[in-house]
Order: sequence, then structure tokens, then C-alpha cells
Amino acid sequence: MYVAVKGGERAIDNAHAWLAEERRGDLDVPELSVAQIREQMTLAVNRVMAEGSLYDPNLAALAIKQARGDLIEAIFLIRAYRTTLPRFGGSNPVETETMQCERRVSATFKDAPGGQVLGPTFDYTHRLLDFKLAADGDAADVAVSEPHRGATPHIMSFLDREDLIQTEPAGDDVPDDLTRTPLELPASRALRLQSLTRGDEGFILGMAYSTQRGYARNHAFVAELRIGSVAVEMDIPELGFAIEIGEITVTECETVNQFQGSKTQPPQFTRGYGLVFGMTERKAISMALVDRALRWKELGEDNLGAPAQDEEFVLYHSDNIQATGFLEHIKLPHYVDFQSELELIRKLRREAHDTISREAAE
Amino acid sequence: MSVMTDPNTARKEWLGLLAKSSAPEVAKLWLAMELDPHHTILRSPEIGGVMVRGRAGAVGAAFNLGEMTVTRASVKLPDGTVGHGYVQGRDKEHALQAALVDALMQTDAAGAIEAGILAPLRAAMQARKTNRAAKAAATKVDFFTMVRGED
Repeated sequence: MYVAVKGGERAIDNAHAWLAEERRGDLDVPELSVAQIREQMTLAVNRVMAEGSLYDPNLAALAIKQARGDLIEAIFLIRAYRTTLPRFGGSNPVETETMQCERRVSATFKDAPGGQVLGPTFDYTHRLLDFKLAADGDAADVAVSEPHRGATPHIMSFLDREDLIQTEPAGDDVPDDLTRTPLELPASRALRLQSLTRGDEGFILGMAYSTQRGYARNHAFVAELRIGSVAVEMDIPELGFAIEIGEITVTECETVNQFQGSKTQPPQFTRGYGLVFGMTERKAISMALVDRALRWKELGEDNLGAPAQDEEFVLYHSDNIQATGFLEHIKLPHYVDFQSELELIRKLRREAHDTISREAAE
Repeated sequence: MSVMTDPNTARKEWLGLLAKSSAPEVAKLWLAMELDPHHTILRSPEIGGVMVRGRAGAVGAAFNLGEMTVTRASVKLPDGTVGHGYVQGRDKEHALQAALVDALMQTDAAGAIEAGILAPLRAAMQARKTNRAAKAAATKVDFFTMVRGED
């Protein structure tokens, strides 16, 4: 039980003033601008947008500055801001097939049409600290080459043509929305995907890793990982047709997993899916693995009792704002609660003491 | 509806272009035109959110990916022409300027607006895309297979 207590206003004001001063740090060091965070801490900005569930790089950068770099606090600020926005509507599903890919790799096909494009990746770096960056931040010379003109078809479509991959069922045009109605179980796949894409990266990563280590066996290949920009299109009632209202960067991961088949159906590969705002490939791969593990029921698999198969466990614990809200509230005053606990333990001890002395006397 | 027969194709294109271009870019070109068309505001610029959707497995059922910020505004010219602006982000001037451009593009001023605002925006967007695509292309992997020396 939480009981409101009065007092402490002056202490709170002073604490917040000190927080502001600490946020600014040493005045001899130039202050960070929001634009600097947006341009140079891009992956932090991307994570805050993904888990804050609001695509706006300027706001995410501001939140990171305000939160002194505490990303969960920044995500909290974005979630709070998000609730103040009137909802203009829902977009048409983004067409990742038409993505302008800046990175696109496949672990399953070497010679995929469109090629393997590494993009600005940390892969193949040596993970050695680069002390040059401490001295200067000049941009490197970047090589260019003739841009790829043709389409970049999804790798899954090749497997689909041969009927080797399970088809994705169609669903409602307007999917369930967990920001509008509380999450209830069993959750539709739409709700699971929404929950995973805004879930905590660390939690989803841990869950995904557990499936790789054998908790729920579904060995995944990354059929395709693509990062790039897609246009967002929405129907505008006053116009009577759909227009593009913006462009966002997203990361998409499609996994191909082991077979499913029956007496009437020849075996087919199954699939997991990850789609996340920004350049967020660790999260997108993790999401695809967890999505696949959670699909055990609809794919007719056994429940192996693995945590990643338990949708209540995964979906109710993946949201870092819910989690931190409940976790951190225990540091707030619980004086009355604790007072009753104190009285209880004193009473129990008194009774135990009385019993012991009575037994000793007998 | 095919591209050739859709009467809204051109309008869709310029509205999309205005939405995706940055607020400072649009403002710079708009102000350089030194236009100050009489208009009434039908809808004051309003900041809101749009729920962006994706598809399960890229091809299946829709799901909610998360929201994005969008600002919208509507204007009416004295001759009754209505213009709408829906732009990405939270810049109210951007939405208003987009609505005015949309309205003027339906009038005799279309040629001047196309040349002074839309063409430069389109060129800038194309240049940005080409620049990134060229950098991406340079990171494309050329595989070669090692020949085994067995003889």
C-alpha cells in the first residue's frame, strides 16, 4: 500500500535544481546540443524511438539529453509525451519490399539478387578502442559506387515460390493495439509483434539467446536482415486518397526455422519476424527469434516449458517502462506499510518468546 | 487504379514530397518565393501522432509498429481552393506552408510553385537518396571462391 505523505517540497525542489546542474556537468566543457545527440548518438536515439514507440529523432535526442543519457528514463519521457498526442489515424502497412536498403545481408543465400550490402556496420571491426576519436572527429572518406537501381526482393519470396516456406496468414486491416486496450492473453500475433518491437532490447535479447541455447528448440537462420528507409502512407479522409506522410528508417529481420509438416502436408520451413524503428539490428534479430518461439501453438509444436514459449512471461515482462515503474516504486515511502510489518513481527516474536519461556518453566 | 488514370497522381506526389522534405528546406524555398497569398485557415496547424503499421513476415497480417509525429493544417484561398498539409515531425510552419503550396498548385500559380519549390525539393531528395545508395553500393560484397589446390 502506498500512502501519500506531505512534506519534502523544498528538498525535492533543491534536488531537482542539483540534478539540472549535474546534467550540465563541468561548465568548462561545451554543452551538448540536441542536434549533436541526434547526429552523433544515432543508435541511442534509435533505441529510444523504438522502445518509446514514437518515431521522432529530435524528441528522442532531447529526451536523452534531459535523462542524462539514461535511456530507459528517456524512453519513459517519450512514452509520456506520446500519450499527449491526438491520434490522426493509422498508416497503411509499410512496404519493406520497396525499402531503399542501406544494409542487406543474408546468412542463407550468398548470391541473392540485389546482393549482400554491408552498410555502416560494426561487423568485422576489431573492437579495439580507437584513440584517434578522442583527438579529432573528422569524417572519413567514404567510397562510393554505382547505385543499385533494380528492386531488392525479399529472400523469403524465393523460398515461397518453391512452396518451401510456410505462408503468412492474412489478418484484420486494423490490428489490435495495446496502447488502446490492455494486453489480454492469449494475444494475437499482431499484439505479440507490437509488444516485442517496443519491448526492452536487453530483455528480448536475453529471451532470444535462451532459444539459441536450447530453451525451445528452433534453430534460426537469418534469411535476411535489411535496414533502410521506407515511406509511410496514410489515407487522408479530406483528400479521399492516400499520401505519403513521411519516411522512416527501419530494421527488418526474417528468420527461417526448421520444418513443420504432417501426413497431409509436406514439410515446410517456418518463419520468425522482426521489424523495429531505426537502425536496431540486435533488437530486430532478437524479436524474430522470440516471435518464432511464441508461435509454437499455431504451428502445432509442443510446449517444451521454455520461458520464450510462455507468452505471459515474455509479454508481461518485456516492457521496461512498466517494469521500471513497478520496480522503482518500492523505493518511495512505504512508512505505513512497513509500520504494520514491524508491529506484526514484534507481536510474533513476543508470542514466540512467551511460548519458549512457558515451555522452559514446565 | 493505374498511375496513368489516377487523377490524383500529381497531387499525391507533391503532398508526399512536402511531407518528407525537412521543415527548414521547405521554409527556405517558400520564403524565397516571397509569396503571401490571401487565405483563411480551415484547420490551424495541429501536432499529432500516426500509428505506423507493418506486416507480420513482411507479407502477412498488419500489426502496429509504433507511432510517428505528424503535423497537419488546412487553408482556403479566396477563390475557394482548399489546400491540405500533412508533414512529418512537429513543425507548424512546415504544415502551413505545405497546405499553401498544395492550394496554390491547384491554381494558375502551379508553374511558378513547381519551379521554385517542388523541383528543388525533388532534386534535393533525389540527391540525398543517390548519395546514400552510392555509399551502400560501395559496401556490396563481391564473393570469390577459393580454388582448392588438389593437383
